[in-house]
Amino acid sequence: MFYGKHPLTFIAVGNRFRHDDGVGWEIVRRLQSKRIPNAEIIEASGEGAALMEFLNGRQYVFIFDAVCSGARTGTIFRFEAHSQSLPSKFFNYSTHAFSVAEAIEMARAMNLLPEYLMVYGIEGKNFEAGAGLSQEVEQAVEKIVSKVLVELKVIGV
Amino acid sequence: MNKTIKVDYLARVEGEGSLQVKVKDGELKDVKLKIFEPPRFFEAFLRGRDFREAPDITARICGICPIAYQLGASQAMENICKVKVTGPLRDLRRLIYCGEWIESHVLHIYMLHAPDFLGYQDAIQVAKDHPDIVTRALRMKKIGNEIMRVLGGREIHPINLKVGGFYKVPPKRDLRALVDDLKWGLDAALETVKFVAGLPMPVFEQDYEFVALRHLDEYAIIEGQLVSNKGIDTPISGYDRHLVEEHVAHSTALHTRVVGRGSCMVGPLARYSLNFDKLSPLAREAANKAGLAPVCRNPFQSIIVRAVETVHAFDEALRIIENYQMPDKPSVDVHPQAGTGYGCTEAPRGICYHRYTIDDKGTILDAKIVSPTAVNQKTIESDLRNFIPPNLDLPDDKLQWQCEQAIRNYDPCISCSTHFLKLRVERE
Repeated sequence: MFYGKHPLTFIAVGNRFRHDDGVGWEIVRRLQSKRIPNAEIIEASGEGAALMEFLNGRQYVFIFDAVCSGARTGTIFRFEAHSQSLPSKFFNYSTHAFSVAEAIEMARAMNLLPEYLMVYGIEGKNFEAGAGLSQEVEQAVEKIVSKVLVELKVIGV
Repeated sequence: MNKTIKVDYLARVEGEGSLQVKVKDGELKDVKLKIFEPPRFFEAFLRGRDFREAPDITARICGICPIAYQLGASQAMENICKVKVTGPLRDLRRLIYCGEWIESHVLHIYMLHAPDFLGYQDAIQVAKDHPDIVTRALRMKKIGNEIMRVLGGREIHPINLKVGGFYKVPPKRDLRALVDDLKWGLDAALETVKFVAGLPMPVFEQDYEFVALRHLDEYAIIEGQLVSNKGIDTPISGYDRHLVEEHVAHSTALHTRVVGRGSCMVGPLARYSLNFDKLSPLAREAANKAGLAPVCRNPFQSIIVRAVETVHAFDEALRIIENYQMPDKPSVDVHPQAGTGYGCTEAPRGICYHRYTIDDKGTILDAKIVSPTAVNQKTIESDLRNFIPPNLDLPDDKLQWQCEQAIRNYDPCISCSTHFLKLRVERE
């Protein structure tokens, strides 16, 4: 994890040692290999208070996290969180009642959201201990990386 | 009047539980706090593991209070191997525990419990109307996290604690870097006491058997004698003679009972009421100003007691850092020997008991871990049984609200009590 004063931030939420929960980290790793200038990378556990801290004062933020919503494995969810609320059934880190969705909604209530906040959720199926992604999740990773590269061009970062 | 109040999924508590209240002909017939999380069998899979692995394995029981498990397990192993961790290493253990109390108490006071008293559905609604309060809470919690990070390597499930002490200890300057934040935090904690003391408080007192650790020289956090206001006074090795666990049909977590009596209460109210004289002078003064007597029997006031303990934790952290001298070695050597040992600390929610038996090679043969929420379950139900009858004329939604608030008085950590932490919630 490293910090700096960059306009663009990629936040990977999850645990890369729990198979599909590490999808955010894998996306960020591949984005990093594209050598996007001035991008900052953060690996977050999903603990809400820390996440709010990461959001505070930033301009363009992308969050990548695995979700477990019951959808088909590998399904990609995309939320323009700067303009829409996040359904709290997604992005639950634990049942300790203050996770990704709550952190974003609380930051919204306090006017602390970045001006651009895109949240990508990827439906996982295997959250057991161990490294490596399910095949369907692996396929979603490439799709998201391409999507993000296009998005960055559109927003001009 | 017949009615059934069912809360299928309790919110703002940790883990998965539900509440069922049955009223028939205007009389309360049944109260069940149901815990339906499956057990995780931690005790079973500890068997056969090396004694040095216990702190890191048991830490996974809870993401909010990992230190309680790491220290309890470490102490039990040190107890078996006849090793004592003293001086600065003991102080550092106390310091990281202050960090855990701060994070946990602040989260519960502001994010989980205060919305009940203020009439909000959740903390996000509080943040809309009172952003200043929530900003304060987040900064306080972050300072607790920071103590955990500096000493433990990371905020959740720290990796730097071991049987015998630490893998690495910080130089004094790393701890001194926390001082300004801690001083701010101390002021913020005092403000927090004032804030929660001003909340509307239901009037409800019970004759509890308070059970907590007590230490001659300090407000017991990491060790002490097991005591109660109804006669328990024993070293921690006597735990099993006084407190027993039993199965009940409606809960996957074992219920605890005091031998020969009944339910008991552990946690902030018990600690405070048994150890008021050991709080720091500043914390005592804050309690006095908040109108708290030295013994507090109203569980709704636990929110104030948590705030007072938060004052104590900041105060104590500053004191420890002030006196800290970096030790020569980060840990004491521990060599396995066959035997049974005991460990117990004051987790934010109350005593967390560990007992292990190992062989002469250090292999774990038997383990028993009791979380504070498991101990409190019986008391939560008995609170509800006494709280509901005089309030039966309330409309259902209001009564349900107050019942949930009464459960949250205990900051129940259901995952801990069944040793289960569900990492993701599936769609209904």
